[in-house]
Amino acid sequence: MADQHKATLEAGPEQILYAGILEKGMYFGLLILFITFAIYAFGIMKPYIPLDQISHYWSMNVHDYLEHAHIKTGWGWVGMLKYGDFLNFIGIAILAGVTIICYLSIIPMLLRGKDKVYAVLAFLEALVLSLAASGILAVGH
Amino acid sequence: MPRRLSGGVGAKLGVLFLLFCSSPVMAAAEGAVAPSSQGHVWWFWPLVLLIVTFVMGIFAVLGGVGGGVLFVPIISGFFPFHLDFVRGTGLLVALSGALAAGPGLLKMNLASLRLAIPVALIASACAIVGAMIGLALPTNIVQTALGATIIGICVLMVTAKKAEFPEVPKADKLSAALRIYGVYQEKSTGKTIDWKIHRTPQGLALFILIGVMAGMFGLGAGWANVPVLNLMMGAPLKISVATSKFLLSITDTSAAWIYLNQGCVIPMMVVPSLVGIMLGSFVGVRILAVAKPTVIRWIVIGMLGFAGIKALSKGLGF
Repeated sequence: MADQHKATLEAGPEQILYAGILEKGMYFGLLILFITFAIYAFGIMKPYIPLDQISHYWSMNVHDYLEHAHIKTGWGWVGMLKYGDFLNFIGIAILAGVTIICYLSIIPMLLRGKDKVYAVLAFLEALVLSLAASGILAVGH
Repeated sequence: MPRRLSGGVGAKLGVLFLLFCSSPVMAAAEGAVAPSSQGHVWWFWPLVLLIVTFVMGIFAVLGGVGGGVLFVPIISGFFPFHLDFVRGTGLLVALSGALAAGPGLLKMNLASLRLAIPVALIASACAIVGAMIGLALPTNIVQTALGATIIGICVLMVTAKKAEFPEVPKADKLSAALRIYGVYQEKSTGKTIDWKIHRTPQGLALFILIGVMAGMFGLGAGWANVPVLNLMMGAPLKISVATSKFLLSITDTSAAWIYLNQGCVIPMMVVPSLVGIMLGSFVGVRILAVAKPTVIRWIVIGMLGFAGIKALSKGLGF
């Protein structure tokens, strides 16, 4: 059975597709991150936490930080994109989200190649990562 | 002549590291481990972070370790940042490094998607559990466990052997069913290497533990991925290293989302760290051509050991 799928030196089509999307997403995410950081650091957009007060917060545990700064967890940052510091979360979310897109993109190709097991595994992985990204899973000190 | 040059570079880097450890930057960093970091302009700590992560990036490449495994113990040990934010940043540092390397490794067919997909599913699901445990436990317990883990990694680095082409007499049933095998060309010899793996169920079981630890400490997990893929499952060393690096882009994604959603990400820490590690890695790759890896590896082990003891003492309140 396995001999029907002989390995070659070249990467398979789904691997090439995955790599291409990962590469574009990574460059795009980094570019956005650096642009938004420049906007933040040069004061082009007002930050939610003033730059001269940031050092008061980073030594607190995350629970105290969120409470003192009145910041919501989960996707609450989307509502705060008018602030320079929260603008940076767009690039971070792209970097953390590109893998989900990679997995979803290869599923049709795997199904066309009758590779049902890997299509299911790829779907499950996209599900696991989406669950992590959803913010449903709450924890705390 | 090249030997003298390589030894010289190694020694110079060793001196550089010692100077770095005793430098005003590290002294300032250690001295300021106080509840607040008043008395400095706002850009002081981001700048120190940029410089330290730049040096870290050089040593990470030369020592053959990921940025995350150096970042978390060193930054949490010597900087005024809380461990929650250090772990969140560490995961993003490790994730960015993996995202940058992943596409090239996949295109060269050194990282195997077929090997990575089942492993990543287990490791990423467990990394979520690890991240949730890590954020739920008191900081001193996580810091103590981190110190113990880092010292364990040092022991692993000293004792673990590597097999360039492990002998795999027969693929196990699971890997055969999943068609996890491949071919790659060894550039140094021009030989074409056919590879397959064995002991897949045992290897996958170990990735439960690796995933939990990666999520709990925000370390990345290349230090554990490579021995399991190479020594236990029998993948050739190059395939193991490349697949491990690519795997981090998936495992760290799941844990990074948990930290991000819990508020453990401060952009003023993340971006300087990313830039520092990336620039350091570029320089490190150039130095790698002339440096003596053995000397560097021992320096990295020393750095990690020191940071591990610091994390232990901080966690235990000494």
